[in-house]
Amino acid sequence: MKTSVVIVGGGPAGLAAAVSCYDAGVKDILILERDNCLGGILNQCIHNGFGLHTFKEELTGPEYAARYVAMAAEREIPYKLNTMVLNIEPQADGTKLVTAVNTEGLMEITAEAVVLAMGCRERPRGALNIPGFRPAGIYSAGTAQRFVNIDGVMPGKRVVILGSGDIGLIMARRMTLEGAKVLAVAELMPYSGGLKRNIVQCLNDYDIPLKLSTTVTKIHGQKHLTGVTLQKVDERRRPIPGTEEYYDCDTLLLSCGLLPENELSSQAGVQLSPVTSGPVVTSSLETSVPGVFACGNVLHVHDLVDYVSAEASTAGKHAAEYVCNPDHTEARKLRLRTEGGARYTVPVYAEPEKMEPQLKVYFRVGDVYKNAVLTVSALLPDGERKELSRKKKNVMAPGEMEQVFLKKDDLLPLPAGSEIIVKVEGNA
Amino acid sequence: MIKELTCINCPLGCSLRAEVEIVDGNPVVTSVTGNTCPRGEAYAKKELTHPTRIITSTVRVHGGRLAAVPVKTASDIPKEKIFDVMEVLRGIDVNAPVHLGDVVVENVAGTGVAIVATRTVE
Repeated sequence: MKTSVVIVGGGPAGLAAAVSCYDAGVKDILILERDNCLGGILNQCIHNGFGLHTFKEELTGPEYAARYVAMAAEREIPYKLNTMVLNIEPQADGTKLVTAVNTEGLMEITAEAVVLAMGCRERPRGALNIPGFRPAGIYSAGTAQRFVNIDGVMPGKRVVILGSGDIGLIMARRMTLEGAKVLAVAELMPYSGGLKRNIVQCLNDYDIPLKLSTTVTKIHGQKHLTGVTLQKVDERRRPIPGTEEYYDCDTLLLSCGLLPENELSSQAGVQLSPVTSGPVVTSSLETSVPGVFACGNVLHVHDLVDYVSAEASTAGKHAAEYVCNPDHTEARKLRLRTEGGARYTVPVYAEPEKMEPQLKVYFRVGDVYKNAVLTVSALLPDGERKELSRKKKNVMAPGEMEQVFLKKDDLLPLPAGSEIIVKVEGNA
Repeated sequence: MIKELTCINCPLGCSLRAEVEIVDGNPVVTSVTGNTCPRGEAYAKKELTHPTRIITSTVRVHGGRLAAVPVKTASDIPKEKIFDVMEVLRGIDVNAPVHLGDVVVENVAGTGVAIVATRTVE
């Protein structure tokens, strides 16, 4: 089978990429989705707050997904459900061989361009090193979300949540509404990993305590969870003896971070960032493998689906350009680097000649910064620094994705070998 | 009196400062700062006088492809009515097909607000 563009994943990123690719003139697209419906994780995110940027109204997850499913349907963009992509292999002629499997069997698709839109998954218990038995009753917050919102069953009645990621906060409220008692949300770090609005409307509204600098140090119960021990940690995240508190509970939910799902990207030879665990991309959202693009949570974990859709539209458009323009000579690249509190940037390379008049650069900080100053400067090959922009922010926190704009006109005159420095300074 | 609060309308979560005066025994918000859009001002005024929330949940479905259909209140309801609304939803069953936007319950728990489906379940 042959197609111009294969999109791996039919969630918000894949759908938005497909729609923009189609609108940019490449109509020969195939979306491959492993679940039994399109829309991805939005289908189980039944809470509201989606779409204020994209649609200027407040939608629930399923409603937001339905809008994009409808846009793809209007364009009659083909998709295959229950289809798992097994491998992506760049070929000598520049095409990509995509191997996938479903109930019809194994299929091989030759594509000119591929958009990676596989999303992310939750950090599991095995990655957290919580000591103790392995009883039933311990779930990732997203698994519990699926149980409650899709399958209509409750995993338990007395709940402790480890990690203050947004899904954990959302589930604290959801379980409370459904009659469970949520005893506490414990967070290892001295600050919350979730959005402030979720602390307010999911915890404060229901008097659920958030215990910062606290972790689970013991799991009780052999067949089924009977309780957990929470313990305070010091500034080096070591448990402080004597601060143990026992919580009688039948459910422990883990909301300890999301990991971009990049096994396929690695197999395809795509270079990954050790900080984001997502592909290293240019301002066209093209990975280190020409013609392979990435967007959404597989690229880096986003706070807002609206930003995912915007990013995916960019990826889809550039995938279409790649297909339409057979000249694939490499554009000039300027590397983006971080200093101070900024941990990473997406993209990692700006291509001044190819980029839009304005390039949105996403980044996160590694700590809470107050009275923060965000500067962007050009570091010229001779060592000279030229400040391009400066902005003050009252607070910057790791739980909130930040953005800064680069202007094409600022980057075009920079000599080859220049670097762009994104720097955050402030009181940590 | 100055009250500080976090706007919950969108994930920006603006930090708001509102000035509240008591007029005839009732709180009145006289100024709001820190908001980046008009929703923030409206939120602070409501939150400090008569807080409301949109409630989202699920309702059991019979004969559908899924066991439950997600629903929401068509607009915000008084915060103190949240558990009354949940009690009503626990007693509701619907038959498939249910379509996105269908009214599942009218005037839920006396709030004057409808419960609508947020997904199609066939």
